[in-house]
Amino acid sequence: MNVNSNAYTYTFATVMVVLVAVLLAGTSLGLKSKQESNVKQEKMQSILASVGVEVDRSGAQATYDEVIKEVLTIRGGEVLSTDRETGFNVDMAGAVKAENMDREVPLYVAKKDGENYYIIPLRGKGLWGPVWGFVSLESDGNTVVGANFGHKSETPGLGAEITTPMFTDQFPGKKISEAGIFQSISVVKQGTSAGDYMVDGISGGTITSNGVHDMLADCLAPYAEYFKNI
Amino acid sequence: MSTEVKTKESLFSKKNQQLLKDPFDDNNPITVQVLGICSALAITVKLEPAIVMSLSVMFVLAAGNVIISLIRNLIPNRIRIIVQLVVVASLVILVDQFLKAFAYDVSKQLSVFVGLIITNCIIMGRFEAFALGNGPWKAFLDGIGNSIGYGVILIAVAFVRELLGSGQLMGAQIIPLSWYINPDTGTGFYANNGFFLFPPMALIVVGMIIWAQRAKNTKLIEEN
Repeated sequence: MNVNSNAYTYTFATVMVVLVAVLLAGTSLGLKSKQESNVKQEKMQSILASVGVEVDRSGAQATYDEVIKEVLTIRGGEVLSTDRETGFNVDMAGAVKAENMDREVPLYVAKKDGENYYIIPLRGKGLWGPVWGFVSLESDGNTVVGANFGHKSETPGLGAEITTPMFTDQFPGKKISEAGIFQSISVVKQGTSAGDYMVDGISGGTITSNGVHDMLADCLAPYAEYFKNI
Repeated sequence: MSTEVKTKESLFSKKNQQLLKDPFDDNNPITVQVLGICSALAITVKLEPAIVMSLSVMFVLAAGNVIISLIRNLIPNRIRIIVQLVVVASLVILVDQFLKAFAYDVSKQLSVFVGLIITNCIIMGRFEAFALGNGPWKAFLDGIGNSIGYGVILIAVAFVRELLGSGQLMGAQIIPLSWYINPDTGTGFYANNGFFLFPPMALIVVGMIIWAQRAKNTKLIEEN
């Protein structure tokens, strides 16, 4: 057999590609449910962390069911659905493509130590890829209790610092609306923040900081509309 | 009978042992051949991802070497690099999928670097230079040997960087917290060296390892 003939080369390549495709597709299908449950648990962890409830991944589901009392789906200040699964499964990446008042986005209502909290999911663009996060508000729908952020591929040590306490610890106590008018929280140059509506950005991570700034303004707006009526 | 004994090498003959030992020192992929440096710089901030990365590379390199060696007489010469790439890429995707399913937190830390195992020059280098011309058992030993040589350096660098950069090992605090300078009380004398968290420090640490290795192993010092 001549292993260097054209016919052999094509056959070899075809057989190889088919075998590899079957192998990889099989693995992917086999592990999919496990991988998805990891992602789901991580999302629950982030939601809980924004109201200061830290759990490890294995306990995330139970704690989530206990702490999160309601999951509303909201559009332009109106409640569309109160189904927990519908809200949780909203794909934020797709949802934020619509104008912010036309979006169908989830609002999580948590109850901790007898107090109600609202948890808002965020999604936006960083420098290299998507950034996301959760902001939790007190029952007045205005004062921030906590925030956490995640990112796909921001620069370690620079943009990626948005996930660290140094950045997120600035959020508790900030406000999103003034006398019923939506203000958002601005992410400004490091060292220049003042008052209830600003936090310091990351120096060296300007584009990521701006991304977080835009994300907050964009994603909080539809909820501010809803909070006017509570 | 006697001729068969002569031609059949024992599993751990001197030559085969050499395959395991050589990459550890005399022919270390990182410090001597200076291959696979990118991952050595990128994922050595903490010990845990460095260990997982080493194990992943070990799996990919050993399994890949064996596969390439088994089919080495079937691979058409003109597309052999493509075939090697397909083998590495599939193995890496398998590793990535398994990490995502069973070691999710680690897979998040390694993120893009698992995918980058594909471009780790050590792997393609061993396929092309060794597995294409040797039997599966030898190729397996060569794969294990080279990945140990790679892993040892990775773990050594990560050890230094995590200890000096974060004061921790495997995420556990090693430097006593009472040593740290506390601006409120004015006590303490120690601060983490933030430099060690940045990639250039990994290069310097690797450089020091190369220096120490050459000081000890004079064979490695080139003439003039």
